[in-house]
Amino acid sequence: MIAIIDYGVGNIKNVYKAFKGLDLDVIVTSDKSVINDSSVIVLPGVGAYKDAMDNLNKHNLIDCIKENANKGKLLFGICLGMQLLFEKSYEDGEWDGLGLLEGEIVRFKNHLKVPQMGWNKIIKSKNDDIAKGINDGEYVYFVHSYYLKPKHEEDVICWTNYGTRVPAIVRKDNIIGMQFHPEKSGKTGMKLLWNIKEMIK
Amino acid sequence: MLAKRIIPCLDVDKGRVVKGKKFKDIQDVADPVELAKYYCDNGADELVFYDITASNENRDIFIDVVERTAQNINIPFSIGGGIRTIKDFTKVLKAGADKVSINSAAVKTPELITKAALKFGSQCVVLSMDVKKNKNDWDVYINGGRINTGLKAVEWALRGQDLGAGEIVLNSIDSDGVKNGYSIEITRLISEMVNIPVIASGGAGKRGDFLEVLKEGKADAALAASVFHYRQIEIKNLKDYLYKNGIEVRRDF
Repeated sequence: MIAIIDYGVGNIKNVYKAFKGLDLDVIVTSDKSVINDSSVIVLPGVGAYKDAMDNLNKHNLIDCIKENANKGKLLFGICLGMQLLFEKSYEDGEWDGLGLLEGEIVRFKNHLKVPQMGWNKIIKSKNDDIAKGINDGEYVYFVHSYYLKPKHEEDVICWTNYGTRVPAIVRKDNIIGMQFHPEKSGKTGMKLLWNIKEMIK
Repeated sequence: MLAKRIIPCLDVDKGRVVKGKKFKDIQDVADPVELAKYYCDNGADELVFYDITASNENRDIFIDVVERTAQNINIPFSIGGGIRTIKDFTKVLKAGADKVSINSAAVKTPELITKAALKFGSQCVVLSMDVKKNKNDWDVYINGGRINTGLKAVEWALRGQDLGAGEIVLNSIDSDGVKNGYSIEITRLISEMVNIPVIASGGAGKRGDFLEVLKEGKADAALAASVFHYRQIEIKNLKDYLYKNGIEVRRDF
């Protein structure tokens, strides 16, 4: 069972629909016992970093997510959900994240338009099951104004280029993050979600 | 770098896709969900749905179209037409849309842009502008191109960005449905002034029009309706042509 965490942010219906389309058991929930019983936790997210952390806190879910991740359960963050996995964000202030992975979230500082909104190419920097079957140069759909500065480059599986190198897929052991929206990234996105499915077989 | 986006636009009336010229002479074209699926499978980067109905009864039909579309495609899509309140935003976003565009309502109550951006994020809020050149100035029109607001297009675009819009759709009233090419001048002016993506709309008739607006007009995306609906231009073929002419586009789909 895949548990998509419902903590009052963003549009999670499309993530739900995408997993459902892969014939997976999936539920949208904020119930800790359901999350504890799941085989994968999906942390979606659209919106502001602080609001998202506040909402997780309000729903009493921070410890629950951390405990499950520390036990080795697959935890998959999408977009803002990926950013929340890290230590800190500088989005309109300075806010602590879940701190499960090391790195900080910073704003784009270049001449390009912000947010990065649209389709960009991803390039693999290492082989990993999460990016199985994905070729260099395949496009995925990004919408974000802040990006990850990772502490460990080896946590980054795929990069994209938006004036600077931007981590697109990160993974450390059982924790996976995607800065873009796989559920909105056409066939490439579906392949990536398929790879998640393969991991929980 | 980001690929330039090609965006089919579906005007929906009473649950059907329709198309008119210069906002008039409406004709029935197709089933919206089937057409959306076709575009998604054939290279569209994003879709736009405009609800051109007025009555509340038909609005429910439209919401049903949005829901069924969300279940059938895996690319982003936005909704426009008749959005006036935060409640309207919530309704279409809940139905599965990724973005919401506002036009007349943004002119009448500019704080709606800010409220929506704070609640849903700027990436959700698209400022749609209908513009027309009078003498030397580009003016902003509302109510389907019937009322000149007196606002200047460039100033309104900048203000919209400051208020929190994450993207601009620029519709040129005189070019709409005429197939003589996009309005390059105003597209370029606005695209160079703002720091958010600009989608050019109105006037696509041949592949070269897309090339021109993406290159000379500096648009981040090009929107079109009838040339796609009537299969005068296939998106795949258009993208191959753009790619050969030095435009970065997504060709694996």
